[in-house]
Amino acid sequence: MTIELSCPVPISNHETVQMAHGAGGRLSQDLMRRIFMPHLHNIFLDLLDDQAKLELPHGRVAFTTDTYVVSPIFFPGGTIGELAVNGTVNDLAAGGAIPKYLSAGFVLEEGFSLPELDRVVQSMAEAARKAGVQIVTGDTKVVEKGQCDKVFINTSGIGIVREGVAVSCRNLQPGDAVILSGSVGDHGMAIMTSREGLSFQSRISSDCAALNGMIADMLDAVPSIHAMRDPTRGGVAATLNELALSSSVGIAIDETAIPVRPDVRGACELLGIDPMHVANEGKLVVVVPASDAERVLEVMHLSEHGRGAVRIGMVVCDHPGMVIMRTALGTRRIVDLPLGEQLPRIC
Amino acid sequence: MKFIDEYRDPKLALAILEEIRRKTTRAWTIMEICGGQTHSIIRNGIDQLLPDAITLVHGPGCPVCVTPLETIERALLLAGMPGVIFASFGDMLRVPGSSKDLFCVRSEGGDVRFVFSPLDALQIARDNPHKEVVFLAVGFETTAPANAMAVYQAKRERIGNFSLLVSQVLVPPAMRAILSSPGNKVEGFLAAGHVCAVMGYEEYEPVAKEYHVPVVPTGFEPVDLLAGILKTVELLEDDRAEVFNRYGRVVSREGNLAARRIVDSVFMVSDRQWRGIGLIPGSGLVLREEYAAWDAEKKFDLAHITVSESPLCMSGSVLQGVLKPDACPAFGRECNPQHPLGATMVSSEGACAAYYNYHRNPF
Repeated sequence: MTIELSCPVPISNHETVQMAHGAGGRLSQDLMRRIFMPHLHNIFLDLLDDQAKLELPHGRVAFTTDTYVVSPIFFPGGTIGELAVNGTVNDLAAGGAIPKYLSAGFVLEEGFSLPELDRVVQSMAEAARKAGVQIVTGDTKVVEKGQCDKVFINTSGIGIVREGVAVSCRNLQPGDAVILSGSVGDHGMAIMTSREGLSFQSRISSDCAALNGMIADMLDAVPSIHAMRDPTRGGVAATLNELALSSSVGIAIDETAIPVRPDVRGACELLGIDPMHVANEGKLVVVVPASDAERVLEVMHLSEHGRGAVRIGMVVCDHPGMVIMRTALGTRRIVDLPLGEQLPRIC
Repeated sequence: MKFIDEYRDPKLALAILEEIRRKTTRAWTIMEICGGQTHSIIRNGIDQLLPDAITLVHGPGCPVCVTPLETIERALLLAGMPGVIFASFGDMLRVPGSSKDLFCVRSEGGDVRFVFSPLDALQIARDNPHKEVVFLAVGFETTAPANAMAVYQAKRERIGNFSLLVSQVLVPPAMRAILSSPGNKVEGFLAAGHVCAVMGYEEYEPVAKEYHVPVVPTGFEPVDLLAGILKTVELLEDDRAEVFNRYGRVVSREGNLAARRIVDSVFMVSDRQWRGIGLIPGSGLVLREEYAAWDAEKKFDLAHITVSESPLCMSGSVLQGVLKPDACPAFGRECNPQHPLGATMVSSEGACAAYYNYHRNPF
């Protein structure tokens, strides 16, 4: 007679997220050791404290937060991880701050593939390196299957506000030039056309990018920039409307000046979507005194993210709070805020 | 972009406009049938460019707008049923019923999905054999072939968990209803290009003759629309009540015969209620008896539905071209895209939405 002496040993080499990965126990540590630390490690994270203790220079601090729920999590031109870094970096930079430190909170769905999580975290590390920021603190929670979709990421960011810069959506002055850094709608249509249920031959690539380098060069050259904003959800139309409303001025733009890539335009035509309403993740709307417009454009053209920068219109006294477009036919129409759900979960 | 840029060429558009000015000797009222045309006209400001003598009135060709409230209520009821996946074109999700829309049902836990094609809804049925999948089949002759194809496929593959909630409508009976109404001002029509792509234009020939109106199948781009208006003006000025095809790159006299065949084999003509307008005889399509098993109205118990329209909404007059959207007292006040009183303010093809989005003050 033989006696089986071996006991069942808990499986530790999972290929998918388990509830225990979020329980604070051994599997949580495993996740840190296997995925987060190898990609993100730095002098703050390596301490494994519950908080990062940061040395900040004197002056004003900019602080922002955003949550990323895009589907699919991998799309042409980016990942949810890159989006989570670049989006928060851009929110800081567009306010005239130098982005420094980010936090990252992950909500993981039970059963989500760990190799995919690894790809997401790796892409975040790469994006942070490119943008010159550090991810200094983080958190992971796991929810039951079906309670979220693969992975949701929150990032918060801290930046140092540049001296002598006063960029605000309330600063628009009649006569200011309105500049757009490049083609509209790339990100939203990249997501849309990579969705299930839509098969497009062309692969539209997201413009997902950190703009802090270009913005720093712009502010070095022209500190008098009145306002900057990255036109994400709601597209350029929503951003221009927000700027017009905040400053109680009108904005007049020229339809023929708005750059739209042919593949984006084709997809928008097919789906009946206005590219002005489609999200961007690496574009910038800049409002600057008209006398400085050429200088800003020169600087933007030197950056890979501003090569296609153009002047699209100007700030006016008329129709405060509204954006009016001069059409190709020479008529005028309102450019309104998009309404409701057009492209769900684009960022 | 090929097939777009040449039809948006401002030089060509302005040249046609000049020709319209030259040809127009008196006042004419022209109706564009299709909501897609209405949006293009307002979006491009074509109405601002036309001579004062030409009045464009906006027709009933917005499927979302004319879908009866009873159908919306049935959709809401179905979408809220346990075990049902309710699929629809995105436009329909925001159309208000008496008290809520499909988005509300979704937020209450209903499985409501938007799809780009009824064939996608059929795929959902294949993928979810233990659920009932209902597709809200709305539209004019344009959507009828794809909707017919979905049911045809379902029958062929014996997919029993798929059905259509049908609200298909037809253009020619609506034109007759408008032309017969006592308040009618319409003297010529721009026929809807996409409807004609399916159906051709031979069915407009008796309408043109009987009511002595020119009918011009027209596209959707600025140059298409202006060319359609020019042709209509020329026919009106010459007193020629003819059908003239101005959308030749897409439309032929007999239309798409394969599409017409599938529509005929799956659907049959019936009387149909139009939201805001009322019953128009012979203006709808319903599933034929042999497809009854795929007819949501027969499959589910949808009786006991009571509906109430907002007394402020005048969309019926708007849809018949009697009232311009911005002449409605509720326009932009009680009624706006956030709080639409009627479907004409909701749909991307609704005339009220077009005026609100592109054309309200400061003009």
